[in-house]
Amino acid sequence: MSAETLAALQGVERVPGSLKPDAILVADDVTRHFGGMTAVDVKHLEIQRGTITALIGPNGAGKTTLFNLLTGFDKPNSGTWSFEGRPLAGVPAAKVSRSGMVRTFQLTKALSRMTVMENMRLGATEQPGENLARALVPPIWRPREREITAQAEELLDRFRLLDKKDDFAGSLSGGQRKLLEMARALMSKPTMVMLDEPMAGVNPALTQSLLSHIQALRDQGTTVLFVEHDMHMVRHISDWVAVMAEGRLVAEGPPSTVMTDPAVVDAYLGAHHDTDLGDDSVLSDEVATRLEAEVAAEDEQAERAARLEEKP
Amino acid sequence: MDWERILTLVAGELFAPTTAAYALAAIGLNIHFGLTGLLNFGQAGFMLLGAYGFAVSTIAGYPIWLAVLVAVACSVIFALILGIPTLKLRGDYLAIVTIAAAEIVRIVGRSTALTDVTGASSGLRGDSYKATFQALSPLGDGSTALGPFSYSNSSSNSWWLRIVGWLLVALACVLVWRLLRSPWGRVLKGIREDEDAVRSLGKNVYSYKMQALVLGGVIGSIAGIIYVLPRAVQPDSMGRPMTFWVWTILLLGGAATVFGPVIGSMVFWAVLMLIKTVMREVVPSTVLRAEQIEQFGWIIVGVTLMLLVIFRPQGMLGDKKELAINVR
Ligand SMILES: Nc1ncnc2c1ncn2[C@@H]1O[C@H](COP(=O)(O)OP(=O)(O)O)[C@@H](O)[C@H]1O
Ligand SMILES: [Mg+2]
Repeated sequence: MSAETLAALQGVERVPGSLKPDAILVADDVTRHFGGMTAVDVKHLEIQRGTITALIGPNGAGKTTLFNLLTGFDKPNSGTWSFEGRPLAGVPAAKVSRSGMVRTFQLTKALSRMTVMENMRLGATEQPGENLARALVPPIWRPREREITAQAEELLDRFRLLDKKDDFAGSLSGGQRKLLEMARALMSKPTMVMLDEPMAGVNPALTQSLLSHIQALRDQGTTVLFVEHDMHMVRHISDWVAVMAEGRLVAEGPPSTVMTDPAVVDAYLGAHHDTDLGDDSVLSDEVATRLEAEVAAEDEQAERAARLEEKP
Repeated sequence: MDWERILTLVAGELFAPTTAAYALAAIGLNIHFGLTGLLNFGQAGFMLLGAYGFAVSTIAGYPIWLAVLVAVACSVIFALILGIPTLKLRGDYLAIVTIAAAEIVRIVGRSTALTDVTGASSGLRGDSYKATFQALSPLGDGSTALGPFSYSNSSSNSWWLRIVGWLLVALACVLVWRLLRSPWGRVLKGIREDEDAVRSLGKNVYSYKMQALVLGGVIGSIAGIIYVLPRAVQPDSMGRPMTFWVWTILLLGGAATVFGPVIGSMVFWAVLMLIKTVMREVVPSTVLRAEQIEQFGWIIVGVTLMLLVIFRPQGMLGDKKELAINVR
């Protein structure tokens, strides 16, 4: 964690809905009901700019629904929220994305019958060729296409997908699709990324590198809000943790102390008494290296299997 | 059996104006379905509107360019009416609305209230709207024989119509080829795969779907003009079966490919002609009368379509690998 962000969060009150010195996202009274059930009922939530904030909570706590609401993929029953001071309630999803807040999905949405590279290019902005008339005149959009492709290759390299760039996205493994979706979201150089369970299904060793990507993003100034179940990951990389239970925000605080908050123990462990609340040593470098070696072997195996499958 | 006559008839179908018209209609549908994943089950409605727009305005004395413009404008308005309420909903809504809307166009066109304009169910005679198109022909009067093929130069089912029809097909192919390889086409393909993903990347999905619907519909209306130029505008011959054949042609040739609709149309009409002519020769008229053979031909088409979808869902030109992924 950079010293600045750490310092910024130092003085923040450790209560749900606490005020942040430099909030990029502010939500008020956001509610969403499904029939008689209240999926989301968040009184106040602020996300500090330039930090990694983890949103945790037991299954069904309303994390995904909150993501959907904030990004325009679902309509709330009530509530307002603003991003960088601009009100976003009622703004369509595509516009939310264009304003700099890009999300990924819990259930991966790789565009299966497009290649990995095409997936990446689609994530870019300001491609004049996406206009029907200008699409007919390649000289107008070719230069930008070259820039996009270079940027995509760089990102794919970082996410270890470069050698897959000409494969159909549908042929990737579940974890690789997660990586692709995240890389694709980064193509637009968003100010804030919202990742819904980015590590789910991702190989343990890749998780390690994914975590460093997320930290690198933060260090470059991007704000990250992510949902995660694995407490080790949360403790490992987040600067701040917000906890949801039954639709409400029940606790906030730095990762080191939030787990001991009685409200969290109550809400979280009430549901899973056997949940391991995380221990940093699990992700020591030594372990990570071992995992990486294991995964390399696994990948090779998977590839061999895939090659066999391809043969009629 | 007179094989020479049969083969001439079959080969003639390969470049007949009707084949070109269906190829165009299928190219339009390919933009809807193959590129964008829109389920348009009313392509015949776009064709009929184009035919009416062209014929009615020509009869009213409009010059040919204006008549074509009217046909195009009709299809644009039709696409907007269909798209505005449905494109924000799930795909199946568009399917239902387009079937119904195409039927509405046909039923309104054949209603007696419009006898003065559309000729009601008997339609508009070809002679009443062909003159402006024929007048443009540089080929003059008379007829020309090229090998075994002999057609009039300019009137009705002419060489002139063949030239224009296939030039339009070529033009539409170039357009689709260009768009398919452009960033615009990439967005459409993304929408076909997963709308929400494309939305999350900041693209206005609704607007893209509307553009695709309008563009494919406009090509459909031009197909309608080519279709009626060698015959008459008869609403009942441009109903649901026509939409169904356009779909067959697209799936036969291969959706999401550039030449699929063209190859599909050629094969479709040539094979149909082959089946019909051969059966007329072999089957005695005491077993199957001429019109029963006609119907039998369509039965074969239906069975072929079923076999196609089961055994070669990617069509003749489609990419098997691409399709296999979708199954997962
Ligand atoms: N479209 C929907 N219709 C009905 N109930 C829903 C819908 N989406 C989510 N829910 C319910 O809302 C609650 C919160 O779900 P979700 O936001 O997915 O939780 P989380 O992501 O925290 O696991 C759950 O009880 C879920 O069943
Ligand atoms: Mg969830």
